[in-house]
Amino acid sequence: MSTAAQTAQGVPPKPAAPSKPTTLWSLLLHNRLAAVGLAFILLWTVIALIAPWIAPYDPYATDMANKLQPPSAGHWFGTDNFGRDILSRVLYGARISIWTGLIAVAISFFIGVPLGGIAAYYGGRTGTVIMRVMDVLLSFPSLVLSMAIAASIGAGLSSAMIAVGVVGIPEFARLMFGQTVSLREKEYVEASRAIGVKDSVILYRHILPNALAPLLVQATLGMGFAILTASSLSFLGLGVKPPIAEWGAMISEGREYIISGQWWLVTFPGLSIATSILGFNLLGDGFRDVLDPRLRSGK
Amino acid sequence: MSTILEVRNLKKHYPIRKGFFGKQVGSVKAVDGITLSVEKGETLAVVGESGCGKSTTGRAILRLIEPTEGEIAFNGTDVRSLNPEQLRRFRTDMQMVFQDPYASLDPRWTVQRILEEPLRTHAQAGGGELQAKVEQLMEVVGLSPYQAHRFPHEFSGGQRQRIGIARALALNPKFIVCDEPVSALDVSIQAQVLNLMQDLQEQYGLTYMFISHDLSVVKFISDRVAVMYLGRMVELAPTKELFARPLHPYTQALMSAVPSPVPGQKKERIVLTGDVPNPETPPAGCAFHPRCPYAMDRCRSEAPVLRELDSGHQVSCHLY
Repeated sequence: MSTAAQTAQGVPPKPAAPSKPTTLWSLLLHNRLAAVGLAFILLWTVIALIAPWIAPYDPYATDMANKLQPPSAGHWFGTDNFGRDILSRVLYGARISIWTGLIAVAISFFIGVPLGGIAAYYGGRTGTVIMRVMDVLLSFPSLVLSMAIAASIGAGLSSAMIAVGVVGIPEFARLMFGQTVSLREKEYVEASRAIGVKDSVILYRHILPNALAPLLVQATLGMGFAILTASSLSFLGLGVKPPIAEWGAMISEGREYIISGQWWLVTFPGLSIATSILGFNLLGDGFRDVLDPRLRSGK
Repeated sequence: MSTILEVRNLKKHYPIRKGFFGKQVGSVKAVDGITLSVEKGETLAVVGESGCGKSTTGRAILRLIEPTEGEIAFNGTDVRSLNPEQLRRFRTDMQMVFQDPYASLDPRWTVQRILEEPLRTHAQAGGGELQAKVEQLMEVVGLSPYQAHRFPHEFSGGQRQRIGIARALALNPKFIVCDEPVSALDVSIQAQVLNLMQDLQEQYGLTYMFISHDLSVVKFISDRVAVMYLGRMVELAPTKELFARPLHPYTQALMSAVPSPVPGQKKERIVLTGDVPNPETPPAGCAFHPRCPYAMDRCRSEAPVLRELDSGHQVSCHLY
């Protein structure tokens, strides 16, 4: 009977012990891909935090006598064209990439979410103007737009963060817009209005917490996107300036040596970008899978 | 008795817009000229079928929905002229109990927080006082204070509705709009909640506007009944009078649909033909005439006005 009832609701019957409380966390860890993603993220986060202690060399110390050395026991990832240790540079690069991702996503989140919420809650002309501007931003390819923004503020780490952050705003705004449009009609929101709660308080205390789940998914996926775009900007010379150890910039510097056979200059930073983005994307997908059935069942 | 609320010619029209520039091509007349007054301490029921504008009327009176036209006077205050800040403070006097106890409580808030919200918003209590007030509110509606840290989904429908009632009571309002407060509940629970509401009314001298489509509930709780059809009021009378002597043909049909509590008792059932017309294009004259068994020529051209016949029995029909 319980099986029939469950299927009727569109929830597949679960053979696992039903008495065990299923938290978001345990569901997430049961999702193998999400767990792998989380492992990658944790790995890179820890590396970013302890890079100065685990890096075997100074990432900026040049050693022209040992330039372009292939991976060896002394230099696990080899050395670059200035003789700098690539392993150390990759480890330090994690700091910049994770930091860029966090700041950029924070910019997108803290500007996009209020804009979307306000546009949906008040509607009318204000809402239309806000959302049309978001549509305009969305209509540009993200890399082209971030290049344009980064170029107009001038190359540098902070302008790359701002550029990537601005490009991410419309995604958050649209997501929050959709959430707010449906939550605004809920009776508990009306009840708060009947009590005389201020609109800003309703948005912050009732609508935002109930809209948070999909926003978290977007933030996780956005981290991957931000790291990739920031690296692309650095590769194109619009991000961090050359001596700084940043994955995109390292690939850019090392790309001319691929032809002459020194593959390690680009491979290791490339792998770092790939694994960190993969980590965020897998975790984001896992988040979405875990949260979706609940959203559909109206919880 | 003194009048607590006076509503005159209240209207709520929703514009229908079409095309790129959003040209208004018509409007849905959800509430189309309601005039009524509510006496202090009474329960005025508003009945009618789905979509007749009962809920919109209740919400428009509280300005949860901005009325298009009309006057609302509450204890002499012109509610429609209040600016947003004044309105916010004014809300302590008028509260609302909602239909769906599953949707009217924020699923992420504990009962404690839900009940604190009105008190904090209007800075009526702080610190330890707040805690005491929440406990008192829970006791008043028959819940145990130890349940204060639970979330709404841990309660049954009836308990949730009690929480909704406690929230409405928190600000010591004078007037409460109850929008079908028991229609989402089991029949066995309905009686409990209705009794609670009656007790609270006596205890705190509350005035209710009780929106419902359930005539047996209305008969039980209300002092006077207003019958609505297609955004207009067709009849208003004291409950006993209305149930004994319904005058408007629509009210008569409505009354004949109430199931009889006596098994086997034959009742004459008036079955209306046709559907409720589209409120976008209400019929000319009396809105009820296409379905009225007594329709006359006059009904098709001239809209009847609400007139007092005798002893507070108002009806809007050309037959009288």
